[in-house]
Amino acid sequence: LTIFGFGSNVLTRLETPALLVGLVAIPVALSAMAPGVLPPRMVAQGLIWLVMVVGLYVFTGLSGVVSFGQNAFSLLGAYCTAWLTLNPFVKGSSMPGLWPLLLETSLPPAMSAPLSVLFAAAIGAVLGLALARISGEAATIATFSFLIVIDSVFSNWSSVTGGASSIVGIPLVVGLGASFAVAAVSILIAYAFQTSSVGVMLQASRDDAVAARASGVKVALCRFWAFGLSSALMALGGILQAHFLGVVSVDMFYLGATFMTLAMLIVGGRGSLTGAVVGTMLVSALTLSLRALERGAAIGALSIRLPSGTQEVLVGALMLAVLIGRRRGLCGLWEMKLPRRTTG
Amino acid sequence: MQTIVNAISLGSIFALVSLGIGLLFGVLRVVNFAHGDFITIGCYALILPSAGAAATMGVGALPWPLVILGVAGAVVIVALASEALVFRPLRGADSATVMIASFSLSYVLQNSLLLVFGSRPKGINLWPNLNVPIKLGGAEFSSLQLIVIGATLALLAALGALIRFTRIGLEMRAAAENFRMARLVGVRANRVIGSAVALSGLLASAVSLMIVVQTGVLSYQIGLPYMIYGFVAAVLGGMGSLLGAAVGGFAVGAMTVLAQTFLPEPARPFRDAVVFSIVFAILIALPNGILPSHRARERV
Repeated sequence: LTIFGFGSNVLTRLETPALLVGLVAIPVALSAMAPGVLPPRMVAQGLIWLVMVVGLYVFTGLSGVVSFGQNAFSLLGAYCTAWLTLNPFVKGSSMPGLWPLLLETSLPPAMSAPLSVLFAAAIGAVLGLALARISGEAATIATFSFLIVIDSVFSNWSSVTGGASSIVGIPLVVGLGASFAVAAVSILIAYAFQTSSVGVMLQASRDDAVAARASGVKVALCRFWAFGLSSALMALGGILQAHFLGVVSVDMFYLGATFMTLAMLIVGGRGSLTGAVVGTMLVSALTLSLRALERGAAIGALSIRLPSGTQEVLVGALMLAVLIGRRRGLCGLWEMKLPRRTTG
Repeated sequence: MQTIVNAISLGSIFALVSLGIGLLFGVLRVVNFAHGDFITIGCYALILPSAGAAATMGVGALPWPLVILGVAGAVVIVALASEALVFRPLRGADSATVMIASFSLSYVLQNSLLLVFGSRPKGINLWPNLNVPIKLGGAEFSSLQLIVIGATLALLAALGALIRFTRIGLEMRAAAENFRMARLVGVRANRVIGSAVALSGLLASAVSLMIVVQTGVLSYQIGLPYMIYGFVAAVLGGMGSLLGAAVGGFAVGAMTVLAQTFLPEPARPFRDAVVFSIVFAILIALPNGILPSHRARERV
């Protein structure tokens, strides 16, 4: 690679994200070729989760501060999408308390998506400013409490959010292709952040807070940037989810979703982007196939129907087993790289 | 008067929950998100060994001392099993790992209940004569509220005495102060941790009985709101400080009842949002709580 001289740096920086995108492309290609074997909707759902897990990784993985609240930003992104894209007629009946300006407009997804990301990221930036100051258990419980605040506001402010009932009629514009494209872009963004100077300082503060501070790392500032970027990526995942299902509800982004995204990150390994990607692929494959079995499926002459709750118990047990057996997850700190000849 | 009794009896329940959480945090440094599920398990223990759609009392139909014993036994067994299977292998892991583990333990326990008992809430009628209202000087309350307050005070006194005057209490205090040092001077770690876990389970089972009699409903997430409010109380009181946890519980109970009584009608649904915004603000301003235990400082 050194033939390219100055170019080698860029190429080595692209190596890991390119390999990860390639890894993700395998199920996409499979399902595009044989939709009967691997349903495209399953793969698309997995890719949407991947965007959220990458978002979670950018904060929790790189800073070491566990957040139970990141899914609140997916909720914000999804609801903002609903506010911006729904047909004014539908909005008038389900959310009559909206701003008159919002009530009358209905934007195309290409315009509403960036606005929704901005909306969630702005709230994320304000919260991040406060959260960056604290660490450990206090920080985690604080993130948990803002998840509860957002959930409580959105389930009760019925005139603006439709309350606990779901909002239907969001344009169905996301399929396999769009979710793959967004997942690939978020992998690139996350890796670029991870290898930027802020990202490296953040990881230093995760591995040894005292040494990092002593070397002049401004921990709070690095965490603030990570939190902002993370909330933007989480919002992006929420927006995809809204356009994929056409439905938005508060429950979609509460404790169940928090657990699932966290499980994906932890099983793969929260210390590396490769871990986030591998964990998402494994856990979403497991989750989606168990869910299909809970609905009832016929394999050959055998028809199986698992009682509901099986999927949650098995994924939870897998996560505990990984935590106990391999605390850093399957990948640890390893990032995917091409095999190299080791020369003197 | 009525408001005061309501506030104190709700505060008692929160105090018991937050003590259960605070005890584990103090001794094990485990932020136990599964505490709510311990409470739920205590509630379901009443209908053991039946799992049908309609709730039939199994344990719950026994005479009352046996009911208490059965519920407490079930919760303590689950708590000790969780300790042995999940928290013991993770001893020495960083706080993030332990928190994630307790979060997943909670998820597994909750969904196991869903798997076995189904998601439909069940009506259950335990000791109905405790809910009969009593009139006293213009106020109206149930004998249950008085029993809750009395039982909580008795439990607090017993716990206080245990921690203050017995050998195991002394060892627990030593372990909470400095676990490594305590082991070096001969405190047996697993015994201290085991008793803290068992005590925490006992407190959870007391809460189970109180809420089942009060609400008359069983559902697989019944413990969740109590756990969340107990957390608030434990955080307000300073995680790990037992006195703080009890005081925090009563404070949160008072705050909730007052908010319910005095907030203007349209704002009431946002009670939780208001309470948790306050928690968020307190955590940012005082990460160690209002009454921090002197151990809570992050050391270099």
